[in-house]
Amino acid sequence: MFEYCANPDSLEGFFWLSCYVTTPKHMSFYVSFLVVMFLLALAAPLAMAFGFLGAIASRSSKSFIKIIGKGYLAMIRGIPDIVFFLFIPIALDQAFEFLRHKILCPEVTEAIRQGNDFVVCKAAKLPLSTASEWVHDVYGFSLALLAFGFVFGAFTGNVLSGAMAAVPKSQLETGAAFGFSSKQIFKRILVPQMWIYALPGLSNLWMILIKATPLLFLLGIEDIVYWAKELGGMKTGVYEYSHPDWRAWYFGILMIFYLLLTYVSQLFLDRLSSKLSMGQDTMAGKAL
Amino acid sequence: MKKIILSALLATFMVGSTYAETVRMGTEGAYPPYNFINDNGEVDGFERDVGDLLCARANLDCVWVVNDWDSIIPNLLSGNYDTIIAGMSITDERDEVIDFTQEYYPPSPSVFMALSGADVDLDGGVIAAQASTIQAGYVAGTSATLVEFATAEETVAAVQNGEVDAVLADGDYLIPMISESNGEFVAVGEVSLGGGVGMGIRESDGELKAKMNAAIDSMKADGSLNTLIKKWFGQDANTF
Repeated sequence: MFEYCANPDSLEGFFWLSCYVTTPKHMSFYVSFLVVMFLLALAAPLAMAFGFLGAIASRSSKSFIKIIGKGYLAMIRGIPDIVFFLFIPIALDQAFEFLRHKILCPEVTEAIRQGNDFVVCKAAKLPLSTASEWVHDVYGFSLALLAFGFVFGAFTGNVLSGAMAAVPKSQLETGAAFGFSSKQIFKRILVPQMWIYALPGLSNLWMILIKATPLLFLLGIEDIVYWAKELGGMKTGVYEYSHPDWRAWYFGILMIFYLLLTYVSQLFLDRLSSKLSMGQDTMAGKAL
Repeated sequence: MKKIILSALLATFMVGSTYAETVRMGTEGAYPPYNFINDNGEVDGFERDVGDLLCARANLDCVWVVNDWDSIIPNLLSGNYDTIIAGMSITDERDEVIDFTQEYYPPSPSVFMALSGADVDLDGGVIAAQASTIQAGYVAGTSATLVEFATAEETVAAVQNGEVDAVLADGDYLIPMISESNGEFVAVGEVSLGGGVGMGIRESDGELKAKMNAAIDSMKADGSLNTLIKKWFGQDANTF
């Protein structure tokens, strides 16, 4: 990064440190903070969408839809997260490649499953093995995002369906008395009023989501915990910058990062909570 | 909306028809000097040098992929990369699941490392090893208590903070740590394990295996493999 960094062995003190913390490897560490924030920013709305659909489906009057909704919520809540985080990306990946294989290489007659191997033709690979590294990264990230959205969507769905059930029935009946259709009651009375009941559960989920991001590495994405471990470990002379075990420092940085993220989230959630309480027939709403 | 989804689906399933022979090389990136991530954030080490040379000789276009040790075989099987080149010793158990090329690094001794001054009982004590390695298999077969960790790094840290009495790993990995620890660590024993290090390849991928075997043959014949072994493991390392 700096001119004087050309020969790390000759450096000492501050100069050594300034070169050390600006190596390309450290840059990857800094970028991974952005990756985590980006994942959070995308996973939260996605989980909300999955959850909203799940909640509506599980409250549906059609038994077929209701079974799907209830099944989705129950299954994911009951099975350990880690199973899903491993299962969904691999299953999706293989499903995509299977379909592409059938479409793009109909002439190949060999089986796709050969013993332990999952073999599709070269053109069916996703991403293609010739694709540049960032394509692989984006693909992996998208699969991870889907897994997060799917798993956290089920929890969100349960919170939202509980919140929908908590809206006072008299409110809905009043809507009906004014001649609202059931669609209008849902859109104008039920949904706007349920948020305040959903918020405590949703804010818990948001905090859990923040803490679950290190699972990214399971999915092959190099996140902050991976880099902290990798950079902090004892480095022998084969590395340009050798140092003893510094993991405590790196994990200290992660701790500060997570605490800051939690603190800022809490500030935001408190504000949201008082805003949503406004005009509600609840203790918090009346206290305003 | 429907159109967008449809065209996205089409894009997913239709892209790409021209390609050169690209081989994705899977490695762990956490086991110096075999393979590690250098300060430029790139895969480096003995296996990087060997792999690049093998690919040049076999006329393949190679890309390096880093993957956890734990899941390195499953991800090879599902096709995320095409080879495992990660200091993996050739064993019968692994050979049932994947294929190996011939060895590109001869067997080298494994070493027990402990804190200096500690009184270590290698047969009855608590020994750390990286999970799913030949060293872990060896310790499990003795009367010592085995504690497994996901990375080699963590096994060393476990010795450092007294969680275990000693760690068993490849000498090539531990000896540099011992010599650079200013006397904190000492070697307390040595065993010979495994049958040399080979490149892992899917059983259905016989063509790639043949190419790599031929390239290893040529590197053995002209001595370039021995030069690399000496470069990374020292002048006294076992060679071919």
